Amino acid sequence: MDSRNFKERIAKAGFLVMSVSCCLLVVALAAGLYYKSRPVLQSQSFLQILFSSEWSPLRGRFGMLAFLTGTFYVTIIAMIISVPVSLLTAIYLSEYAPRSLRHFILPLIDVLSGIPSVVYGVCGVLVVVPAVSRLAESFGVYSSGYSLLSGAIVLAVMACPYITNVSHEILTAVPHGIREASLSLGATKWQTVKYVVLRRARAGVLAAIMLGFARAIGETIAVLMVVGNVAAIPRSLFDPAYPLPALLANNYGEMMSIPLYDSALLLSALILLAMVLCFNLFSKAVLILTQDQKP
Amino acid sequence: MKLTGISIRKLEEDVFKVLMRLATSIVIGSLVLIIGIVAIKGYSSLNIDMLTQTPKGGYYLGKSGGILNAIVGSLYVGLGATLLAMMISLPVVLYVNVFVGPRSLIARIVRFTIDLLWGVPSIVYGAFGFILMLFLGMRASLGAAIITVAFLELPVMVRAMDEVVRMVPVEIAEASYGLGATRLETAFKVIVRQTMPGLITAVLIAFGRGIGDTASVLFTAGFTDRIPTSLGDPAATLPLAIFFQLGTPYPAVQGRAYAAAAVLTLIVLSVSIASRLISRYFARNTVE
Amino acid sequence: MAKSHLQVRDLNVWYGERQALRNVSFDIPDRQITAIIGPSGCGKSTLLKCMNRLLEASGSVRIAGQVLVDNENIYADHIDVTRVRRKMGLLAQRPQVLPMSIYDNVAYGPRIHHLNRRSELDNIVERYLKVASLWDEVHDRLRSPAASLSIGQQQRLCLARGLAVSPEIILGDEPTSALDPKSSKNVEELLVELKKDYTIVLVTHILRQARRIADHVIFLYLGEVIEAGPTQEVFKNPKQELTRQYVEGVIS
Repeated sequence: MDSRNFKERIAKAGFLVMSVSCCLLVVALAAGLYYKSRPVLQSQSFLQILFSSEWSPLRGRFGMLAFLTGTFYVTIIAMIISVPVSLLTAIYLSEYAPRSLRHFILPLIDVLSGIPSVVYGVCGVLVVVPAVSRLAESFGVYSSGYSLLSGAIVLAVMACPYITNVSHEILTAVPHGIREASLSLGATKWQTVKYVVLRRARAGVLAAIMLGFARAIGETIAVLMVVGNVAAIPRSLFDPAYPLPALLANNYGEMMSIPLYDSALLLSALILLAMVLCFNLFSKAVLILTQDQKP
Repeated sequence: MKLTGISIRKLEEDVFKVLMRLATSIVIGSLVLIIGIVAIKGYSSLNIDMLTQTPKGGYYLGKSGGILNAIVGSLYVGLGATLLAMMISLPVVLYVNVFVGPRSLIARIVRFTIDLLWGVPSIVYGAFGFILMLFLGMRASLGAAIITVAFLELPVMVRAMDEVVRMVPVEIAEASYGLGATRLETAFKVIVRQTMPGLITAVLIAFGRGIGDTASVLFTAGFTDRIPTSLGDPAATLPLAIFFQLGTPYPAVQGRAYAAAAVLTLIVLSVSIASRLISRYFARNTVE
Repeated sequence: MAKSHLQVRDLNVWYGERQALRNVSFDIPDRQITAIIGPSGCGKSTLLKCMNRLLEASGSVRIAGQVLVDNENIYADHIDVTRVRRKMGLLAQRPQVLPMSIYDNVAYGPRIHHLNRRSELDNIVERYLKVASLWDEVHDRLRSPAASLSIGQQQRLCLARGLAVSPEIILGDEPTSALDPKSSKNVEELLVELKKDYTIVLVTHILRQARRIADHVIFLYLGEVIEAGPTQEVFKNPKQELTRQYVEGVIS
């Protein structure tokens, strides 16, 4: 009897320690990255790093503006492509598709979300890059294809399954009764979707989009393989870009050989972490705040 | 007036119906395209030698040999990391659901932080693993990769396990306590048995995520033509093999990249299908 | 019998293999309250939802037979289902307020039929909220969310909303079963008022409610019409043994 209780108490304590460690992992991530970033922060002000576009590690200049704008553009354009496609797909699956089709398509979307990033990159290199190059030609612009647009397209395809899945779940959770109420008044199905279902699912869909955004910001490998990686602010869709995650991924080899380089690169990881965490927190806040207004 | 009113509504609906079908086709089409490309490119590069030999000759110039180093490396990293993650995830999930109430403060904090961790990009985990590596004096090796990927898999696994365990009706646990069992015994003998299929699925999902990731092992695994024989040896993984070898001008090396892509995709797809089949098979037998 | 412009002829409904309604035929008299009574699970709601063609929106059902409104079969191929539904207002068992303000709820119907002029909408909202005896309670907070109303108020709001599209027929699917006694009484009184202008078909499992407010009763058992007639006759002198058993509470 005593040994059972003893085991129980040991287990409980041990499990508690593990749980607390999990919670501390976030803190450890931020702290570790910050600790390593301090050297470069001591040599230049944070604002200087953020807003200067001069990136010359050999001269000790670590302005990250080009990378921040690269991330910004590629993510925004990817979202512009991905959100309508994802939402339309989610609406189709939850409101219009026959049940057999739905049961067939949903697992496929799941599969799509599980495909490794590097495989997306391979397909991006083989298909998207040449296509964008040809597209640029038709506009009279020369582009190797390794461009902002290619990065955005690959990112959009990667974000779609996630946003679609989550939005679909949210839409199917809308109670059936309000759909019937709208239809009984003589509304078409689309009017019901537009004015009633989407209205009810507003918060959840917004949260899904923001989470998709957060994941797109952090996506590294696939984008890196098609985006060109030139450290300058892109001026058109066909220009190469250099998103923030790609910075660290591309340059870790030389990290230790140039002074402050490793610190700057790890600072970029810290900035990335901060951005993603902010988006996550923001979307949680949206969900909580709008929860109260739900009927 | 009524007639025109109706046709505007119907027209709008028809337009959107077309757009919706188009959107869905784009999504499915991209899946078909991806699988197709991997299959076509992989088909021409895959043969028995590719799967059973390590690269021979100089690394980027190697004209013969295969991707065995990457296959074995991936399996070692994937299995090791998943095991490590499991040893932490299961206790944490059981603690949160069985030992303390799901409404308690610690439970909410754990779920909150796991949610945050879930969204952290894998390259950040890679950077953290790198820092840890330097701190502990480790080189880029199998061991470092396993630890880093375990960090990556942890939130995925915890979330998936938690979803299953929290759905167990509280009456089942209460029945067990009523018979005099301790929480520990209830956790392992009752809850785990009840949720085993879901837990297995969670492990598979995390495994798939870990084995397919590149950014987390980019700095922490090293890369080598050889199969690692100890935790301190550098290791190659399939994603790294693809990433490093795709851009070379040597077709033989490129071929290895495509073969690796095919093998990796196959592994990930099999894991995904297996986890589906498991949940579906066991869902038949559960009573609501 | 009074004039009828809603008739059901040989209606059969299948959910997959299971037949829910079998050769159902009857006439609904104009400007009266007709109650459809019977034990639960016998197809009452199914029958009601056939009348405004709402049933087909919920998945794999097969419907055969005719429902005639003004001598036109609403299941014919060329019929626009949204116009059919507009002719009938549905009051559901659980009040289904739309996720918008009180004003927008009532204005929803007219708006989707492309009536957008502010002044007209204001009139409609006021008028039907008054008909549903809700105006006094909400006129100063029309912009607040409909979800903030009590459940009895919500049901009256649904009634106002349904009336705002000027239907001819009101269909009620156990409209008081989710309400407290006072709100139930409110809704019943409203329905009795409304029968002056609308034909009302009510599904109820509360026999006393049917006795109280229905002029006409249809007894449905296991998907078949067993008996139909004026309330007094069916309750006092049922012609079928099954009917007698049900109204006397022997079976439920």
